[in-house]
Amino acid sequence: MLTQVGPRERRKERLDRGLKVRTEGIYALSSGKEALYLLAPRLTLILGLLVLPLLMPNLYWQRVICIMGVFALLSLAFDFLANYVGLICLGGALFMGVGGYIAGILNSLFGMPLVVTIPAATVTGAVFSTVLLSPCFPLRGIYFAIVTLMYPLAASRIIEALDIFGGTEGMAGLDTLPNIWFASYSIIPVLLVSLFALRRLVTEDIGLVLRGLKDNDQAAKASGISITRYKAYSTFIASAIGCFSGAYLAHLYGWAGISLFALDFSILPIAASVIGGMGTLVGPVLGAFILIPLTELLRELGTLRIVLYSLLLAGFIVFKPEGLMTYAQRKYHQFEHWVEV
Amino acid sequence: MGILIYGIINSIVFALIAMGFALVYGISRLPNFAHGAFYILAGFLTYTFLFGLGLNSPASIILSLIIIAGIGATVYRFLLIRIRGMEASEIIASLAIGFAIMEGLRFAGFRGKTYTLPVFLEGTVRIAGVPVDFQRLIIIGVGVVLIVVLWLFTHHTKVGLALRAMAQDEGAALMLGIDTDFAALIALASGSVLAGLAAIVILPLGNITVETGYDILINAIAVCIIGGLGSWVGAVLASFILGFAQMLTVYIVGAQWQMVVALMAIILILIARPSGLLARQKELEERV
Repeated sequence: MLTQVGPRERRKERLDRGLKVRTEGIYALSSGKEALYLLAPRLTLILGLLVLPLLMPNLYWQRVICIMGVFALLSLAFDFLANYVGLICLGGALFMGVGGYIAGILNSLFGMPLVVTIPAATVTGAVFSTVLLSPCFPLRGIYFAIVTLMYPLAASRIIEALDIFGGTEGMAGLDTLPNIWFASYSIIPVLLVSLFALRRLVTEDIGLVLRGLKDNDQAAKASGISITRYKAYSTFIASAIGCFSGAYLAHLYGWAGISLFALDFSILPIAASVIGGMGTLVGPVLGAFILIPLTELLRELGTLRIVLYSLLLAGFIVFKPEGLMTYAQRKYHQFEHWVEV
Repeated sequence: MGILIYGIINSIVFALIAMGFALVYGISRLPNFAHGAFYILAGFLTYTFLFGLGLNSPASIILSLIIIAGIGATVYRFLLIRIRGMEASEIIASLAIGFAIMEGLRFAGFRGKTYTLPVFLEGTVRIAGVPVDFQRLIIIGVGVVLIVVLWLFTHHTKVGLALRAMAQDEGAALMLGIDTDFAALIALASGSVLAGLAAIVILPLGNITVETGYDILINAIAVCIIGGLGSWVGAVLASFILGFAQMLTVYIVGAQWQMVVALMAIILILIARPSGLLARQKELEERV
């Protein structure tokens, strides 16, 4: 970061904190302070999320928490695909819709209880979405983005045209989640588990392969790695997360319909990831927890909300592409001071 | 015969819609996801000038095209220029700009009642027994003229050749003294004008709604993918394929399948020929 001050030039120098070097570089903790340094951010997140539903004043805001969880999961899936595998999936709504519809069909046509439909929708939905997206695996970059953007749109058009699964009306009268505590304390553990599991996954060997695909897939191919297979794995993981959110939302509302394929479910997670910090996995969750309550607070503004979001999104990606989380991490791990050059 | 004539008209409509997107991507490698928004914005601008301010039609058309070009140039100069070459950012930023424009229009009150642009000339003629109105003939005329003009522009003028040089190898173009940032600015401005022009010619056939913007974006992308991104001949060919395919679907199956055809065509093409119909080897490497 260079700034011209008078005739002299100053530069912001960043150094890792001694504590960070000691705790992360040497794999042995020697003091409570070091343990706290490592645990504090993680515990804040976990406890914060677990306590959050208790703090909400009324049912309405407790439901907002559930919806926040849904969007946080979607953002997580988007961030994983975009920044660790290099697949920019603009069609998160496809996963939502597939999950929601499968849960809806199992529940309304076959009368299965929701403890069966949600896991079943997660797994079968993930398989189904992966198969649907498999023709796109040879693609990357903007081609993948374009095609995935179209999938949810086409899916809702096909359902309309065929007039299946309730057509434009959707399937109403699904089982709803028994009470709000069940609802919020089923999504938050799932969110935490998927977050930490994905964080672990990307540091494992497979995470290295996936990042290899992102950076240079020709090189990965030359090393004898099947691009298609690894893309299928990662799409399966991301779509399982997305399908779970879809099935969960369908049961939260007691309704599954075309609006599960709506553009909101594709765009808001992207906005959340960009604002929270792409490629950090925690950032998107944080972003969703900022954006969704904002949506609720600004409800009376109507479509102006989407304008504000889009401008915020464009502004962030152009002027502050690192996002909030990367910024916070930097402040936590490093100290900065000005030096003269 | 009806299918043939209306198929041709439909194809030209596709070509008009896709031309702006193809031009911008072909030159600056910038996927302009705000294309549909520019299209719909041009329609509403012209409507406002015509009926809100009471200008005559040539004045309002020219004015709105100038404004659209300005917007395209501004968006490039102040936003997109900073993220060129970063694919994910380009897509997300231009999509966000498109959303902002379209939902902004919706907020500004362009919804509910029907907005429609007047046709240039009233009346119909019969061609081989099929009634065709003048507006559709004008579309064909404008479309063909634009295709020819664009081809002449890019093959026989200095600016056009510079743009093509940049499309082929930006580094080399830069070395030979072509200001690539300026060229990309020109590309985005003219791409926006093309979107606006398409809107002004095509919109009189139906109503202007914000939702049209999304369909336009999808159609434009469909044409470009099928033809092979960056290949202009391919784009024209693809618009004829899509145009006729869609016309036949409407005749044989039903109008609600129109959009599905576009998507199916894309997926089929991607499976069969990942680089599009007329893309060259280089593009194949870039994509797959």
